[in-house]
Amino acid sequence: MSGMNILGTWTLFQRESKRFMRVKMQTIVAPALTAILYLIVFRYAMGERQVPGLNVDYFTFLIPGLMMMAMLQNAFANTSSSMIMGKIMNTHVFLMMAPISPIEAMIAFLSAAVLRALVVGGVLLLVLFPFSDLHITHVWMILFYGVCGSLIMGSLGLITGMWSKTFDEMSMVTNFIIMPLTFLSGVFYSVKQLPPIWQALNAWNPFFYLIDGFRHGFIATGDSDPVHAIGMVLVVTLSSVILAWYLWRIGWKLKD
Amino acid sequence: MTALNIQNLSKVYENGKQALQDVSLRVPEGAFFALLGPNGAGKSTLINILADTVRASSGSVQLLGHDLLMERAWGKRHLGVVPQEIAFDPFFSPREILHFTRGMYGQSRDEVWVDALLERLELAEHANKITRQLSGGMKRRLLVAQALVHRPKVVILDEPTAGVDVELRKRLWDFIRELNAEGTTVLLTTHYLEEAQELCDQVAIINQGRLIASQSMQSLLGDVASSSLCFRYEQAVELSESQEQALQAFAARVCDGVLCLDLQHEGEHSNFDTAYQAARQCFGAPLDTYMRQENLEDVFLRLTHKDAA
Ligand SMILES: Nc1ncnc2c1ncn2[C@@H]1O[C@H](COP(=O)(O)OP(=O)(O)OP(=O)(O)O)[C@@H](O)[C@H]1O
Ligand SMILES: [Mg+2]
Repeated sequence: MSGMNILGTWTLFQRESKRFMRVKMQTIVAPALTAILYLIVFRYAMGERQVPGLNVDYFTFLIPGLMMMAMLQNAFANTSSSMIMGKIMNTHVFLMMAPISPIEAMIAFLSAAVLRALVVGGVLLLVLFPFSDLHITHVWMILFYGVCGSLIMGSLGLITGMWSKTFDEMSMVTNFIIMPLTFLSGVFYSVKQLPPIWQALNAWNPFFYLIDGFRHGFIATGDSDPVHAIGMVLVVTLSSVILAWYLWRIGWKLKD
Repeated sequence: MTALNIQNLSKVYENGKQALQDVSLRVPEGAFFALLGPNGAGKSTLINILADTVRASSGSVQLLGHDLLMERAWGKRHLGVVPQEIAFDPFFSPREILHFTRGMYGQSRDEVWVDALLERLELAEHANKITRQLSGGMKRRLLVAQALVHRPKVVILDEPTAGVDVELRKRLWDFIRELNAEGTTVLLTTHYLEEAQELCDQVAIINQGRLIASQSMQSLLGDVASSSLCFRYEQAVELSESQEQALQAFAARVCDGVLCLDLQHEGEHSNFDTAYQAARQCFGAPLDTYMRQENLEDVFLRLTHKDAA
């Protein structure tokens, strides 16, 4: 028996996080700019309007949602792009040859995804904070949903990266599944504004709980029941991490 | 002790292609082992199974007494593999890649060893370029350095000299030979059979997924390789059916217009004289005669063709 390869895991984590630090423009500055553009657009489109049913103005409501959306998308991008690049350039064989167990690989990849999400979220917070009367009410909620959301998206990114054979297949998943799901999960509106059928569907949408819970940490109110939401998010986080680990372990689409 | 003990290894790819069929192979510790076979024989498949980039369909492998397919973490620390395909992260330099790989193997930074590897593989002056700027041969040598950076006990090289120029190839082999002399077990594939003959003390040949020979180089060249006696005449020889019959005992054949007869050796004696007389009887006195000893390449071609037939 040999113990855990701690140095190996750390080395892999460093590689996975250096990658996005190396391309700061694309990974950090661009999401910040996009979020600012959204805010400018919505500020002028919506003015001081309040969100129906919640006692906040639209602008304050929007910021946590945009932050979370950027965090989720970045966590996904970090693992999925690393996997697909490795597969296309064939460098993933070195990862498979190295004595990094599937658990260690999960730790390294997912920590890097979480780190990237937190960095992006932090940058957005710094940039947007001065323009809003946002408060941080429940830090634990912000962290819990931020970290769980990143873990879910990091795992889905790994799975998508393993599954796709080309960049095209991967961007299909990004554009047709990930983008709509994050967009339609209550970033831009309160689900109470939706027709009942959509509200019912949303009860099964984990992204809705992630975004709603994350926002709850700021505006101290939300659309979902906190206990139910936490349970739901925990279950989805665990299942997606375990699924990614299992697929990695069997070398799904990685080993012939 | 056995470095690698491969038992009944088989591989069927998802598309139904049977790339390995019940291959059993023993690589003694400290061996310099050549795994030979024509294109598509299954060499890389076998190596990739050992490297954990391809799954075995059935069979087992022991590395230094440990079950390689079950105890992967242990096995990987003691195995260094040079894959056939060149692949690198284009944004890293050779030095960064070596440090990174060492870290992945759970070993602390070792500037001295990394420098030594860069030096021996003649990459020192390219150490800080990004890999995209390296030539094909340089990349191949970097691949070798990468496989050695964690000081494995068993090194497997899948065509390490493909695309490396003559001189560097010699020096690369010198280095590998040195490692072998220090106790590292080496298993390699190559299509340069002269090099294999010169370097390796053990040899295995696979063809269409099956093992057709596995023995020491000495015994393959001694027992399996034949020597023949060749006769050159003024005109290119043509064998009639009756002449072929008459020389049947010597497996007479014509290569490039030259008559070739197999010689049998028994201890100190050979049937040189009877062969010579027989040829004279059929064709008269030759202009010239000479001996030809089969080398590894001849044996390889003969065995793989016979097997295919
Ligand atoms: N991923 C794969 N899927 C299906 N068939 C494969 C795959 N990889 C290899 N093969 C087939 O398996 C056989 C053995 O291939 P392999 O790469 O092991 O040969 P090799 O002995 O290394 O040849 P070479 O000397 O050309 O490198 C070939 O017929 C090849 O086409
Ligand atoms: Mg090959």
